[in-house]
Amino acid sequence: MQAKSRPVITLDRVTKVYPLQSGDVTALNKISLSINEGEFVAIMGPSGSGKSTLLNQIGCLDVPTSGTLTLAGREVGAMNDRELTDLRLTTIGYIFQKFNLIPLLTAYENVEYPYLMKHRKNDDTGHVRHLLDQLGIDEALSAHKPPQLSGGQQQRVAIARALVNDPAILLCDEPTGNLDSQTGIQIMEVLAQLNRRGRTIIMVTHERDIAAYAERTITIRDGRVA
Amino acid sequence: MILKDILLQLSVRSVRLHFLRSVLAALGIVIGVVAIAAMGMMGANMTLSVTGELSQMANNLVVTAYTGGGGFMGFGGGGGPPGSGSGGSQSREEQMITQDQFRNIRDIAGSYGTVYYVYSQSDSIETSDQWGRATIYGLDPDIFAEVLELEEGDYPKSTTTVVIGPRIAERFGLEPGSKLVIGDSDEGSTATVRVVGILKEKGMSMDLNTDSAIVGSEKLYTGIYGGEGEYRQVNIVLDDVDNVDTVKEEILAELNDRDDEVTVQDSSSMLESITSVLGTITTFVMGIAGVSLVVAAVSIFNVMMMSVTERVREIGILRSIGTQRNDVRRMFLYEAGILGIVGGVIGAVASLLIGYIVVLGMVGTTEFFFTWQSLWYIPFAMAIGIGICIISGVYPAWQASSLDPIEALRAE
Repeated sequence: MQAKSRPVITLDRVTKVYPLQSGDVTALNKISLSINEGEFVAIMGPSGSGKSTLLNQIGCLDVPTSGTLTLAGREVGAMNDRELTDLRLTTIGYIFQKFNLIPLLTAYENVEYPYLMKHRKNDDTGHVRHLLDQLGIDEALSAHKPPQLSGGQQQRVAIARALVNDPAILLCDEPTGNLDSQTGIQIMEVLAQLNRRGRTIIMVTHERDIAAYAERTITIRDGRVA
Repeated sequence: MILKDILLQLSVRSVRLHFLRSVLAALGIVIGVVAIAAMGMMGANMTLSVTGELSQMANNLVVTAYTGGGGFMGFGGGGGPPGSGSGGSQSREEQMITQDQFRNIRDIAGSYGTVYYVYSQSDSIETSDQWGRATIYGLDPDIFAEVLELEEGDYPKSTTTVVIGPRIAERFGLEPGSKLVIGDSDEGSTATVRVVGILKEKGMSMDLNTDSAIVGSEKLYTGIYGGEGEYRQVNIVLDDVDNVDTVKEEILAELNDRDDEVTVQDSSSMLESITSVLGTITTFVMGIAGVSLVVAAVSIFNVMMMSVTERVREIGILRSIGTQRNDVRRMFLYEAGILGIVGGVIGAVASLLIGYIVVLGMVGTTEFFFTWQSLWYIPFAMAIGIGICIISGVYPAWQASSLDPIEALRAE
């Protein structure tokens, strides 16, 4: 196991303000925290506390209004859309509550997609196939379109997709939120196993037993670390 | 191994998913492509058909008296103001080639080919039961066999016999042996003549338009109209087409030395003005046909906007997992392009069939249909169709690529 010393994500007084007609809304208020390589961190908090906003900042879907956010040694705040998109493709793996697979693509193609986008060449190493096999999606299942798969199978495909470009950080937004408890446990076992192999995982959840899989829990309340 | 373009796959599948909608949108392009291609091919075939006819007389030169402007005395109906047959000699001299001028021309051009003078006049004619107008030509009888081609009968051998064009024969129900009266007794002298031959159909021509004409001997003509030695035009049939410019220049140099006395026309100048007119008409008609493509463009635009709206969430997912804006744009432009290519290809095949029917109906011959100048309009219209589709997809594609990933992900 790797030494958990190097910080892979650092937030220094990160603030996110949404300007609305009724007045500015501060979703994140001077949040400072650091997550080390290989850590499994759960972010908890009530609805509207800002945990999703925090995940969007770390996931490079959005940039902070002020403060600095450093991801894998790179300052995100000053990046343009192209650089942020590139970071999402190469450094971050995103796992969503609603799986968010592309319905027009087969399970295999969903996993293959980020690989093709990154490498701009076909996967001739069998990497995609191997990943799917590891997650229990065999060749027959891989040929199915997402709506033909069960929730658990879809989330496994989504995990494979998140891992295909070997990202430094895995971001999970309520990964078991749309699954029954049995399947949810299976998915959490997969994530825990990935973490044991050294993958940094940040997971947003509001379920305590799910958060228990993480080594550290950060609670957000009213846009601040509680 | 070719790189699998997964964005193209997505576009193809999106089109297939909404098959009926896509087909209907592409149908607009089909109609536009067919309209443009068919009109273009019609114009091209008309031009080629005229060029084909005129090129057969590329070795012809027509010399007319200088009147200050261009114009083709020999083109479109035999020339000459109607009813001026017994007009004053003053006005006639101004428009006619004189005997001296003819001799000059013959001296210059005689060694290059056949030179003959033409009397012509538009006048009324009368048969036992019908009345109408026709061009009356008077020629040197020695030249008949050389410049006139008979369908049936014989060449005129006296001052009371004539040959007639096939259209006049048909219109008046004339055949060898029939009689007709040339001229109007109220206006001047008349002559009753007998038809001895029917000429072969010749089509449009610049030297002699005999299809709707009556051709008799010089003596018959001057017997009716007078004006001996005053010719409407002098025609030159060159043995070698390469001598056209030489002969033209020599005649102009000799006769127009001091004053502009004559105008020399060859088929190229005539061809130029006809193709120019046909070109303008073709462009205009194609422009009207192009309006249907504008309608098609609106339909494509509409379908593309629908597609973007329906796929907002998908765009959000693609963006969140690292798809660049220009890749999203590309995906939607592909979709527009697919509609364009499908519409364009179907349109191309359909325009081959419909174009053929249009050309057959409007031009009367499909002799030139399978030539490059004619078929060229198919890829041309296809390219315009595809181009318009892609242009219609630019704004929707741009809109799709500008979506905020977070907002897009929230869409249901």
